[in-house]
Order: sequence, then structure tokens, then C-alpha cells
Amino acid sequence: MQKSANGQAQTEAHGHRPEGLRRWLTTTNHKDIGTLYLWFSFTMFIVGGIMALIIRAELFQPGLQLIEPERYNQIVTLHGLIMVFGAIMPAFVGFANWMIPLQIGASDMAFGRLNNWSFWLLIPASLLLVTSLFVPGGAAGVGWTLYPPLSIQMGMGMDLAIFSVHILGISSILGSINIITTVLNLRAPGMTMLKMPMFAWTWLITAFLIIAVMPVFAGAVTMLLTDRHFGTSFFSAAGGGDPVLYQHVFWFFGHPEVYIVILPGFGIISHVIPAFSRKPLFGYTSMVYATASIAILSFFVWGHHMFTSGMPVAGQIFYMYATMLIAVPTGVKVFNWTATMWRGALTFETPMLFAIGFIFLFVMGGFSGLVLAMTAVDVQMHNTYYVVAHFHYTMVAGALFSAFAAVYYWLPKWTGHMYSEMLGKVHFWLTMIFFNMTFFVQHFLGLAGMPRRIPDYALQFADFNAISSIGAFGLGLSQLLFLYIVITCIKGGPKAEAKPWDGAEGLEWEVASPAPYHTWETQPVIK
Amino acid sequence: MTRQVRSVSVPHLAGLWALALLSKAADAAYALNFQEPATLIAKEIYNLNMWMMEICVTIFILVFGVMLYSIIRHRKSAGGKPALFHENTKIEILWTVIPIAILIAVAWPVTKTLLAMRDSSNADITIKVTGYQWKWGYDYLKGEGAGIKFMSILATPQAQLDGKAPREENYLLQVDNHMVVPVNKKVRILTTSNDVIHSWYVPALAIQQDAMPGFIRDAWFRADREGIFRGQCAQLCGKGHGYMPIVVEVVPEEKYAAWVAEQRKKMATGAEDQNKVWQLAELIQHGEAVYTKNCVACHQADGKGIPSVFPALDGSKIATGAKIGHIKTVLSGRPGTAMAAFGPQLSDTDIAAVITYERNAWSNKSGDAIQPSEVKAERR
Ligand code: HEC
Ligand SMILES: [Cu+2]
Repeated sequence: MQKSANGQAQTEAHGHRPEGLRRWLTTTNHKDIGTLYLWFSFTMFIVGGIMALIIRAELFQPGLQLIEPERYNQIVTLHGLIMVFGAIMPAFVGFANWMIPLQIGASDMAFGRLNNWSFWLLIPASLLLVTSLFVPGGAAGVGWTLYPPLSIQMGMGMDLAIFSVHILGISSILGSINIITTVLNLRAPGMTMLKMPMFAWTWLITAFLIIAVMPVFAGAVTMLLTDRHFGTSFFSAAGGGDPVLYQHVFWFFGHPEVYIVILPGFGIISHVIPAFSRKPLFGYTSMVYATASIAILSFFVWGHHMFTSGMPVAGQIFYMYATMLIAVPTGVKVFNWTATMWRGALTFETPMLFAIGFIFLFVMGGFSGLVLAMTAVDVQMHNTYYVVAHFHYTMVAGALFSAFAAVYYWLPKWTGHMYSEMLGKVHFWLTMIFFNMTFFVQHFLGLAGMPRRIPDYALQFADFNAISSIGAFGLGLSQLLFLYIVITCIKGGPKAEAKPWDGAEGLEWEVASPAPYHTWETQPVIK
Repeated sequence: MTRQVRSVSVPHLAGLWALALLSKAADAAYALNFQEPATLIAKEIYNLNMWMMEICVTIFILVFGVMLYSIIRHRKSAGGKPALFHENTKIEILWTVIPIAILIAVAWPVTKTLLAMRDSSNADITIKVTGYQWKWGYDYLKGEGAGIKFMSILATPQAQLDGKAPREENYLLQVDNHMVVPVNKKVRILTTSNDVIHSWYVPALAIQQDAMPGFIRDAWFRADREGIFRGQCAQLCGKGHGYMPIVVEVVPEEKYAAWVAEQRKKMATGAEDQNKVWQLAELIQHGEAVYTKNCVACHQADGKGIPSVFPALDGSKIATGAKIGHIKTVLSGRPGTAMAAFGPQLSDTDIAAVITYERNAWSNKSGDAIQPSEVKAERR
């Protein structure tokens, strides 16, 4: 994205880097690697998005239009895996790479080569997933949760998915180690933990979550692999195992995973809202504690994904209460953001629009989460489109909107140019409207009892499905505008100052725009 | 707790918003809420959901009301000068404690409903429901009708699935054999599965219980009105996941007794069939029907299967080789694959017929007629 910047003679002299492909293959520069992560993420976002459009096209009306049911299941599975592991997680690692060193006054990430390696591992992992569509028997058609015994029945596409998960796991663990070390050891002198930017804080906590749970997921899929090929029976009752064991292990990973994808987003929003309110973040310390509480609680709620698997009523009650409790620190965050805006001097540039959109949609997702937390009610909604709507409100709205906010907020820093504010706003409104058109109606489908992951449906669900499909195509097409905005901004546009947002705070705004290839070689001192 | 189901409600309002947005009149085709409850528990759940929605919408309006006020009054273009405050411990404590209090108020009634929902003791009738790829099996274990068992398979004609015939009202929600139960009786459901995880989900009865292979789970309902209640498998179970509906028919007690008697008679004639010697043509004709219901999803009507997923039976070694191998494959299945053991699912007559059909259909022209007694001899 950013090539060598003008006027950076002192830094250019220092690092003679290879050009062309070799530069990207061998780079250990945090900005290059951040750029790679972001482009990779966008590519996977398109791939996963096309899969979503295939799903929505199939569901546009009753009957089978496009694909056979087994293909449908495969596409559903890959859409989930690709969006979570290929699009969302790498996007935030990309932001972390670019911004954490800039924000904490470090010259680079702690482990340059490890950083390079954790990016390049993503390529074989994603290729395994995508090519599994074309092997005999096709990809795994089991949902991103990979539940056995169905996943035991699958063909070799399932093995490819398992290996892909292994590699993705290694990649994100390496990335997390790097982030933790960087944040803990490379901060500018005087930047105590409680002076750290929120983005660094949320990523620090996220990185610990990743290290805690990715190995658990890797273990679970390895057990699937041995059940499939080496005669073990971890998950087969006939051999003394239990399919529910897999669900416990999976969700012990899976629930913290949803906070892994959302916490860095919280961090971003905590920068954007104050910047455009021209007022410091309200309740910084309580934000830090709220983030930590969410992370800790996230280890105790996995059972709410299994309310219908059959668990003792005492277990259901425990998971219900624990889940409801998460609403408290989440609420604190929302209240703090609102208080930050209160009596500020607000302007509504694109990052701010996406940040407000984020809060609006995320709160809706949070509320449907509260409804789902009530075990008795969940039984009516589990595995229906209500759940689909819920997690798209938290994950798409939460992660994607915060990612868009981040891109628009930091794009001037990356490229040295301002993007088109007018087009940015159009992008926001299109995304906002089509997102709601796609997913709001899915609440009604779920309430009426439409199960998820079905390729064809009863006639009573037809109208809302048609609306949802139209919305999805609008949502997908709107993202081409985003691509256009970013590319034109890279190529040119009004020159961006070092600090293009008058209300923004933080060290990243003290280096030139575009940020020189090497920054903070002498660390700033924080008073 | 017999609160009536309230009809005008918050999701309706939210729904109206969505509808207004799309400038479409609200008509009956847009179901905006749960299906009409048919049990007391389902009603409680309905009301709990409404109540929670009201709380959520209230909080939503408060929070975003404040935000909207800021957005309008504190904008820079309106001359807003930023204030400098950025913390206040008292207010942080306040907005931590108030949500906790609200949650406690919500948790109590939900817990009560949950406890009632899980108390499956003293049932009048117990039915075991078994999930198969892709159909349901019902075994009446206890109470009036004990001993009745049957399979329940999607009854929507293929032409409608293919879009070659107009789709009926209950498209994809019809089965050949309904699960019939009497009204106002406590019915306990035991779920289990023969292959992968399925989930027995009937919204109007407020039941969704996963069917786990190798384990038994339970749930119960007491329908307080007569009617036909439809649901679907809720857990992804392979390619036929969208095609295994559930139909529960709640009838008055006398009608239930009559249904039980009729089922008993059917089962008796079925038992007689097992002992008679069948003609080849009869077997093929019956076998084709069995094949269409039970095997076509995987092996396909033309017997060609789906390459590298489900083997072809047309010309297959098993279907053209020794009878005994064929009988054994169908009876005991192939553990660890999608090929289930049909021994526990089908009668000797059905198995004999379907094997006969497979050995004489397509290019398989063995002329073999398999008798039920031969199947019986292989069972152990
Ligand atoms: C859920 C999918 C499914 C259904 C339904 C199904 N089968 Fe199969 N069947 C399979 C699979 C998969 C195999 C291959 C198993 C293996 O890999 O050994 C198979 C194998 C067979 C074979 C052996 C073929 C050979 O050449 O090895 C026969 C015979 C057979 N099935 C008969 C039946 C009959 C009869 C029915 C219906 C009563 C039926 N199947 C229903 C999936 C299915
Ligand atoms: Cu099923």
C-alpha cells in the first residue's frame, strides 16, 4: 500500500530493502506485514462474501435453484471458516501490526521473522480450505463447528479443513506471542500500562485469549482426525466416547473466539469516538477493566451454545447466569462511549459514522444475545435464523464495522492521502441499510421457526428470505465501492497531514503521513 | 401463570419498522413472532421473550436517546465546545449495578420456567424418537399405544421439490406418518439417533432436543389444544437435513384410541407378511417403494449414486454378487460410513423386497427373489 515516502532520506539510507516480490516475501517490517495482512483479509472477505451470495441466491426463493444440498452445506461451512479465520482475524492482526508499534512508540514488532512467518502461513491454510471444494467428495459439509459424527462421515475435504485449522492456529498463536511481547516490552519509556492506548490494551487481552484457546481447538480437530483415520473413539459412543465431548471442547475455544474477533474492534472504537468528539475517552480505567472482565467471563459461558445438547438443568442455569453477566461489562463499554460523546464537539466523518453504526448494531446483537441467554427461550430459537441474525449483528456489525472505522481512520496515515469523504459516507450508508435489510428480517424467520443451514424452506418463510437475499447482494456490491475508495486513496488525493483529525490523540499522529518505512527508531518519552 | 399471549408487542413494532422501510403492507405472510403456542410452557416462553424485548427496547431507547441528543445538540457545527470531564467513579458504579439488578429480576422467572420445562416426571405417554439420516422413527414405549412403532418420512412429492408442480401450503413440512398423541396428556419424548446428531424441534410445543447417537435425552409437552404442529430437524445432519420434517398431530382422546387400534391392526398384518412366500414381481414392486423412501437420497433413483460419496448400486459387486453379502450389508450397514444398518429400521419383508429390487433394477438382472425368511435367518 505505501511505497517509499518522500522526504525520508534519513530512514531510507538505513534500510536497503529488496524490491518487488522478494520485498514482500522476506519482509520483516511491521508496516509491510500489516499491509499484507490487510490485503489478504480483504481478499478472503471477498471469497467468503461470494460464498455468502451463493447461499443467499439459493435461498432467494423456495426450491433448489443453484446448487445441490451437499454443495450448499459445503459452502455454508467454508463461508463460516473463511470469514472468521481468513477475513476477520487477519484484519485485526493487520491493524495490530501497523498501528501497535506506532501507538506505543516502538520501532517494530518484537519478532520480525516470526511476524513474516505467521503471515505467510495463512496462504497454505486458506488454499487448503478453498481447494477442498474441488477434491473428490467436496469440502466438509458440516458447518464451521465441525461437529462429529457428521464430520467423521465426510470425505477428504474434511481432512484438508483439519490441516487448515492446524496451520491457522499456529499462525495466530505466533502472531499473538509477537503482540504480547511487543506490548509488554517495547513501550516507549514512561508509557505505563495504564497510559497505553486502548487498542493496544484490547489486543493484549485478545492475544492472551488466542494463546489460551487456539491449542484447544487444534486438539479437538486432531481428535477428529484420529477418530476418522486411526480407529480412536473420542467422539463415538459405540467406542466408549461421546459426541458431546467434542462440543464442550469446541465451544471452550469457540466462545472466547467470538471475543477474539470483537475485542480489538472495541479498542478501535475507543479511539475513533474520542477523536471525533474532541474529548478524552470517558472512563479509560473502567474500559480496561471491562475488557478484562469480558475476557475472563468468556471462559465460563461456552455451555450456552449447547442448551439443547442435553445437559443437567443445574448446568443450564449456571451457563445462563454467567452469560447474562457478560452483559454488564459490555454495557459499561457502551455507556462509556455514550458518555464520551456527551458534551463533546462532534463531527461525523466516515470513521465516526462507522463507529456510531458499530455501537448501534452491536447493541442490537447484544440484546438478541441476552434473549438467547435465557435457556428456556433459547430452546425455541437455538439453531434457527434468530441465532444467525444474532451473530451477524455481533460479528459483521461488530468486527466489520469497526474494521471499516479503522481503515478510514488510519488510511491517511498509511497512504499519505485523504480518501473521498463523500464516497466514504455513501459507503457507510449503503452498508448500514443493506446490512439491516439482510439480517434484521432473519430475526423474524428464526422466531417463526426456520432452522439454519437448510437449502430449501417452507413457503411461509419465502418473503423474508427474498428480502434478505436482495439485501445481501446490495451489501456485497457496496463493498466494491470500498475497494474503489481505498485504491483511489492509495493512488492519490489531497495530501494528508501528520495529524489529519484535529481531535485525534496518540503517538501514531506524531510521525509523518504516510508513515515512513522506519519509525520511532529513537523512542519518544512519555511524561 | 396463565397470562394470555399479548398480541400487540414490541417485535411487532420493530417488525413494522422493517416493513415500513420496505414499503410493503403487513400481511399474514409475514410471521413476526413465535408460532402460536400450544402448551403452557410455550406460552410462558412467549411471554418471557416479549418481556425481555420490552426491557431491551426501553434500554435501547434510553441509551440511543442520549446519544441522539448528543449527536444533535453537541455537534461541532452547532457551536459545541468540548467539555473536559473524562471520569466519574460514581456513575461507573451506578451503571454497573443497575444492569445487574435488572438481570436478577429477569433471571428469576426464566429459571422457574426452565425448571418446569425440565421436569419430565409422571408422563402419561412415553415415545422414543430416533433420528436417522434423513427421517424420524417413533417408538411408543409406555402408556396407551405402547408397542406401536413406525417411520416418518418426508411426503412432499419430488415434483414439488423440483419445482415441476405447484408447491402446496405445507411444502417440506409433510410426512407420511404423523406422530399422533392425545390432547391434555403429558407426553415424554426420549430422543436418540442412529447415525449423526439430529434435533427434534417443534416450535409450537416449545421443544428442541438434540438426538445424540448412543445417548438418550428427554423432553416433554402437554398440548392444550388439538391441531397439527409442524417442525423440522434443527441440527445439520448431512445433505438431507432440510428434508426431515416432524409432524405432531394432537387429537381428542377417543380419536387417539381409534388410531391406536388401527396401528395395532396394521402391525399384525405386517407380521403375517413376514411368513408368506412372495412372488418376484410383488417383491420388486414393494421393493421399489421401500427404495424410494429409504435409499434414494444417497444411491439415487437411477442407482448411480454420487461419485466418491455414495457408491452406485447399478452394477455394483455387492448387488450383483452373492445374496448373502447384499443382505448383510443392508442389515448391518457399514460402520463409520453413511451407510446405516437398516436391520433395526425395516421389517424383514421390506429388506427382502428392497434387496430384490436392487438386484433386478437398472442393469442388474439377476432374477433373484429374496424371501423375508432369508433375511430373518441372517438377523441375530
Ligand atoms: C445416508 C446415505 C445412504 C442411504 C440412505 C443408504 N445408503 Fe447404502 N451406502 C451408503 C454408503 C456411503 C455406502 C458405501 C459404504 C462404504 O464405504 O463401504 C453404501 C453402500 C451400500 C451398499 C454396498 C454397495 C457396494 O457396492 O459396496 C448397498 C448394497 C447399499 N448401500 C444398499 C442400501 C439400501 C438397500 C439402502 C436403503 C434401504 C441404502 N443403501 C441407503 C449410503 C447410504
Ligand atoms: Cu437431521
